[in-house]
Amino acid sequence: MNDRNYKGFLYLLPALLFLGIFMVYPLIDVVIYSLEEGYNFASGNFNGYGLYNFKYVLHDPFFIQALKNTSIIVIITVPLSTLIALLISLGLNSIKPFREFLQTLYFLPYVTNTLAVGLVFMILFKKTPYSDGLVNLLINSLGYSSVDFIEGPYAAKMFVMCFYTIWIVMPFKILILTSALSSVNKDYYNAARVDGTSRFRIFYKITLPMISPMIFYLIITGFIGAFKAYSDEVAIFGTNLNEAGMNTIVGYVYDMLYGDSGGYPSFAGAASIILFVIVFTITVINLLISKNKVNV
Amino acid sequence: MENLNQENKKRKIYNNIKTGLTYFFLAFWGIIVLFPFYWMLLTSVKSYGSYNSEYIPAFFTLHPTLQNYKEAFTAVPLFGYFINTLIFTLVTTGLMLIITLLSAFAFARLNFPGKNVIFLLFLSLMMIPNELVVITNYVTITNLNMRNSYPGLILPSVASVFFIYLLKENFEQVPEEIYKAAKVDGTSDLKYLFKVLVPISRPTVITIIILKVIECWNSYVWPRLVTDNPRYFLVSNGIQEIRENGFGRENVPAMMASVVAVSIPLIILFLIFHKRIMEGVSRGGTKG
Repeated sequence: MNDRNYKGFLYLLPALLFLGIFMVYPLIDVVIYSLEEGYNFASGNFNGYGLYNFKYVLHDPFFIQALKNTSIIVIITVPLSTLIALLISLGLNSIKPFREFLQTLYFLPYVTNTLAVGLVFMILFKKTPYSDGLVNLLINSLGYSSVDFIEGPYAAKMFVMCFYTIWIVMPFKILILTSALSSVNKDYYNAARVDGTSRFRIFYKITLPMISPMIFYLIITGFIGAFKAYSDEVAIFGTNLNEAGMNTIVGYVYDMLYGDSGGYPSFAGAASIILFVIVFTITVINLLISKNKVNV
Repeated sequence: MENLNQENKKRKIYNNIKTGLTYFFLAFWGIIVLFPFYWMLLTSVKSYGSYNSEYIPAFFTLHPTLQNYKEAFTAVPLFGYFINTLIFTLVTTGLMLIITLLSAFAFARLNFPGKNVIFLLFLSLMMIPNELVVITNYVTITNLNMRNSYPGLILPSVASVFFIYLLKENFEQVPEEIYKAAKVDGTSDLKYLFKVLVPISRPTVITIIILKVIECWNSYVWPRLVTDNPRYFLVSNGIQEIRENGFGRENVPAMMASVVAVSIPLIILFLIFHKRIMEGVSRGGTKG
């Protein structure tokens, strides 16, 4: 029996090895990095331990800009995408023909390469010497003048960014909400209909409470995902996000680590810990609210 | 009676309008989803000259050309990016599968000291965001001299706690009596795992493979950190490289041809396996 006792570890060995090297050790190491002041990447020397890196990051205008951009993306895209996904799912739930087809179609963006499709979005919105781009022609046809969405005013750039982010996150939300809606017991609806309850009341009193756990799940994962936005930004605005003024917190971390502005793992570590604290706090707040509000 | 009929008619008309509006709304979103794909396909078959002469872009073309695809595979090393991504995807997914199968089996069937504690620690690792560990991993890979190499690309992403969890749950649903019977017959654990557990859990195993393939094919951030030699670029980095330095500045049709080429493998995978993919994602995947 004894040899079977330790056989388990043998089977777990590869997982333990890789998780240890690439997840557990880095987790400890990143805290150490963030506390080492004046760390030099080339020589590996540093001056001592302290909170200077955090202070530096929090006063860095590039970080402030990244924090602002990320917050705007989060505040706009999370509620809006959840609401649109809810409307679409309710629509899907109320029809029969084409329902499966549309469900599958809506999921398509999930499997596509965000960098590749982002390039298409850029072409659609970009103003070039040859053409103002399709979106601008649409705007012109409504009687307004063209806007440079990719290199123009901040609000225009933010609009493209939020639009693309919503396009990308929608498949997951629609999928989760349609399966939540279809699992609501039909008996409730029939009973309500017999009683002559209005549609709006049915939605507000039956549907919404039944799917509220899933809505909260989507809001939580939406917050986490949107706070970690990065590759969608690169897809639209290119790798130099600071120049475009569209950097995000994760982008700031990578810029500190690598590239022309790179070589500062200590600053990168501090910034990533700040990001983790923000995401963790918001998730906890969300969980507390959902505990009070979700009635299932 | 007359009044009731009137009421019914009114209700019917109201319902028809409602259904019509619903379909209109759903079709509208369908167009928003599909349009970028249509546009990339359309632009990729327009010739360079005709694309640049259109101030108002045409919504269809009467003279489709494959010249841009030729350009995409000759003027930039797109073919090399494909081969790299293929190797990266196959090796990563293969290693991930072996590690996941062995660990899920250990958690589901074997007894060893501290099993529950270790499993709990595994689960808690699921909450760790990638951004937190990527810094040290970058330093580790750099120090091991594995930048611009396949091991550097592959090794950090071969262990996935979520997949281990998913498969362990699945293995536990297989009656344990079969395992005991196999033990009595003298079947080895490995043989039991591959001849009994894996075939029974095939749907989950396939779901895991597909989800990992999608993740690999689309991965961008880690490859960008550890490769700066285009010989080791994956398709995502290749697209970014093409956008910034490829084809001369404004050859949009050729760019779109490479975008189509990069998107097609996953779209085919999706057309074949969309049920599996959607089921797998709704069981706990998120974007990314």
